[in-house]
Amino acid sequence: MAEAVDYKYIGTRPVRPDGVDKVTGRAQYGADPILPGMIHGRILRSPHAHAMIKSVNLSRALELPGVHAALSGADFPGGIGDEAIGGESGGTMSDLAKNVMARDKVVYHGQAVAAVAAQTPQLALQALKLIEVEYEVLPVVLDVRAAMQESAPLLDPTCITKGVKPEPEKPSNVVSVTTFNRGDVDEGFEQADLVLEREYIVPMAHQGYIEPHGCVAQANEGGAATVWCSTQGHFEFRAATSKLLGMNMADLKFIATEIGGGFGGKTVVYLEPVALLLSQKSGKPVKMQMSREEVFRATGPTSGTYGTAKIGVKKDGTITAAKIWMAFEAGGFAGAPTGPAAMAVFSPYTIENFKVETLDVLVNKPKVAAYRAPGAPQSMHAFESILDEAADELGIDPIDIRLTNAASEGTTAPYGPKFPTIGFVECLEAAKNHPSYKAPVPEGAGRGLAAGFWFNVGMQSSAEVHVAENGTVTVVEGSPDIGGSRASMCLMAAETLGVEYESIRAVVGDTQSTGFSNVTGGSRTTFATGMAVVQACEDIITQCKSRAAATWGVDDDQVEWEDGHCVPKPGVNAEVKPLSLADMAAAAAKTGGPISGRASLNAQGAGASFSVNFTDVAVDPDTGHVEVLNFTAIQDAGKAIHPAYVEGQMQGGAAQGIGWALNEEYIFNDDGVMQNAGFLDYRIPVASDLPMIDCEIVEVPNPSHPYGVRGVGETPIIAPLAAIGNAVAHATGVRINELPLSPPRIVAALDAAHKA
Amino acid sequence: MSKVHVATQINGEVHEFLCEPEETLLQTLRDTLGMTGTKEGCGTGDCGACSVMLDGALVCSCLVLGVETSGKEIETIEGVAGEDGLHVLQQKFLEHAALQCGVCTPGFIIAAKALLEKNPDPTETEIRYWLAGNLCRCTGYDKIIRAVQDAAVTLRA
Repeated sequence: MAEAVDYKYIGTRPVRPDGVDKVTGRAQYGADPILPGMIHGRILRSPHAHAMIKSVNLSRALELPGVHAALSGADFPGGIGDEAIGGESGGTMSDLAKNVMARDKVVYHGQAVAAVAAQTPQLALQALKLIEVEYEVLPVVLDVRAAMQESAPLLDPTCITKGVKPEPEKPSNVVSVTTFNRGDVDEGFEQADLVLEREYIVPMAHQGYIEPHGCVAQANEGGAATVWCSTQGHFEFRAATSKLLGMNMADLKFIATEIGGGFGGKTVVYLEPVALLLSQKSGKPVKMQMSREEVFRATGPTSGTYGTAKIGVKKDGTITAAKIWMAFEAGGFAGAPTGPAAMAVFSPYTIENFKVETLDVLVNKPKVAAYRAPGAPQSMHAFESILDEAADELGIDPIDIRLTNAASEGTTAPYGPKFPTIGFVECLEAAKNHPSYKAPVPEGAGRGLAAGFWFNVGMQSSAEVHVAENGTVTVVEGSPDIGGSRASMCLMAAETLGVEYESIRAVVGDTQSTGFSNVTGGSRTTFATGMAVVQACEDIITQCKSRAAATWGVDDDQVEWEDGHCVPKPGVNAEVKPLSLADMAAAAAKTGGPISGRASLNAQGAGASFSVNFTDVAVDPDTGHVEVLNFTAIQDAGKAIHPAYVEGQMQGGAAQGIGWALNEEYIFNDDGVMQNAGFLDYRIPVASDLPMIDCEIVEVPNPSHPYGVRGVGETPIIAPLAAIGNAVAHATGVRINELPLSPPRIVAALDAAHKA
Repeated sequence: MSKVHVATQINGEVHEFLCEPEETLLQTLRDTLGMTGTKEGCGTGDCGACSVMLDGALVCSCLVLGVETSGKEIETIEGVAGEDGLHVLQQKFLEHAALQCGVCTPGFIIAAKALLEKNPDPTETEIRYWLAGNLCRCTGYDKIIRAVQDAAVTLRA
């Protein structure tokens, strides 16, 4: 798969099969199902960021007419164990249980403490006010550096740091330390002509999906239940709910509704077990939907970080040593993305001597969840910034310094394996040759460039492909479609079967209608679920060949599949007409019955995806406002199945990265109460903030996928943080190593530089 | 407090319903009338996902009370496609892949339609500022802007 291949359907841009329902408002999202007799659930949340729960009294709420059920942590039968949670997010089942509904303690403001279900949402809100909770308030720790001090209040007094030797005797808020080493960093720094060391700070930021979490749960009296939910993985939601409620998984049907964005944040349950328990208690279907404020306060943002970076570089640009130390806010429970942050940070480069240490630290903030390339934006912001500063000091072009050190096929990745074919050098070359890079920097502006990297994952997927009696095709798969993946599945099926895209439709099956599939996450869907779809189509081809052989009276191996038809192999003496899939379908009753293919797999060989972004920005020195004049995103997709949706991932990731670089941050008061829990004050980019985002898709095929797919979803958010920071540095002459580069921070930095 | 009787026109048809006095138009549409095409993203007028037309004005339905719509005309996403099929904007959103998750799309289409009815030939900047009240977290807006530009060209022809 090293050569460019001409495909008939792959690489085209047809309209997605689920599109019409989404532009007309028919598509059903998590909060859209309406069931007869349905009631509405709401959650009571902690007013304290750190407190013991002395008692919860639900009785007055239950007395309010129209209230059908109420519950607190004591009502949850399951979920007390140290079993690790699957999927993209860290932590244990016990932590997940307490994050769904607190037991004896709350560790962040907004943590769920109790819930009610009532006839109307308004009535449910009234009932919440009647729940009596007695707290014993504890001191709060919010800053990750303060949390590591010996005197810091402990969130979990049993927490002994993992990953350090000797094992500490005293508990602390540091859950674990992840370390990767190679060579001798001290010696490496000795060899360098230039050594820089800097501090970097990245704020806690939210995924900011537009659809708040929502679900509808309906339990029956026999112990079975159906749950409609907005999720990146309904199989994992089923497993978590079954464990938390002690229910038989076979009795649970989870239906993935359309999902209004997730970016990692909808890989973990919040509402579903609560809604189902309320439904069990009330005997009625229960709808739950979070307010935007609840989404900000109580669902997973990603970690804010404090770290230091050190780099040693020779005059020719060769990196001799690099070191990163970075503390990640886990929030109230363990599970910051410290592993991938450490594994990713040096991956674009060949560095002989490095050390990276990342820490998972408890603070009284919401429990973090996966957010697009979890951990990499923070760690790579540090290294892509310090590398840029080194390039400036040495007078080397930022692309050239990266080319000098670029990883390529055969390079040993910092996390162990040797890279197979990868496309980092190709991305750098594409940047160098890009007209926007060759164009002069606009007068008064600054240009910044940075690279990104993400591993991508495979994991488990299932697909069934059914051929209808007229030869049209239904693909059933288990990956919620978060950004056009049904279209990609149809394109891969069309290419494999050799039939028109329009004759294929893909559906996302519920947990009782298709085989297990892991979350839509890790940039895995087009790669892994796509691989399952291709294999299921190949299963159909094998069956068709066998049926044609029987029809023609030849051996199976004397039949070939060519452009959607069974044909006799060259030289086979059979006076027969080629049989199309439609012909085979029409004759199915006589050749063995309906034609269906299936594949279930644990996809191996996910291909890393590299990116290079560059941008020109203008900074108003009086107001500190940064205007992004242009932005170019270049990324290796392996193979773009539907290029418009690949560009969409690149553009959307760029916008999120730009927002994080310039505006987005969680702001807390001293008591740990988030001060900007709404879209007015937590300002994500709006249309007037951004220019068009130019995309160039590089295609260095992944040899492990039948069509060369690498996966593209996560890499795009990484490079913008440092690209914007580097551009601001070049526009102003001042390096600001703390994000976001908001107007007050820029004005303060320019003032300080002016005085100095 | 008892419910209030409201009669209003929605997408050209008269609807009568009972409404809690504190209920927002968004709640009325979604919960009382089952018209879930209008989406809730924030409930505070910051995201535009619940955009509807009220007597010809573009509003966030989460900032209007259901009782306020008595005797008025409302247009929602459910009324945008007509007997001739999809509206040009809907078609262009599909062709340009201007939606990923799609939850902001109904609001964008209502808002963009209001823009093009008022200004058939907007500049890119005018489109970006008009749509600045509609949040999208998936697309980076690029393909949305292009879809609206293309729809404007088709509608002018």
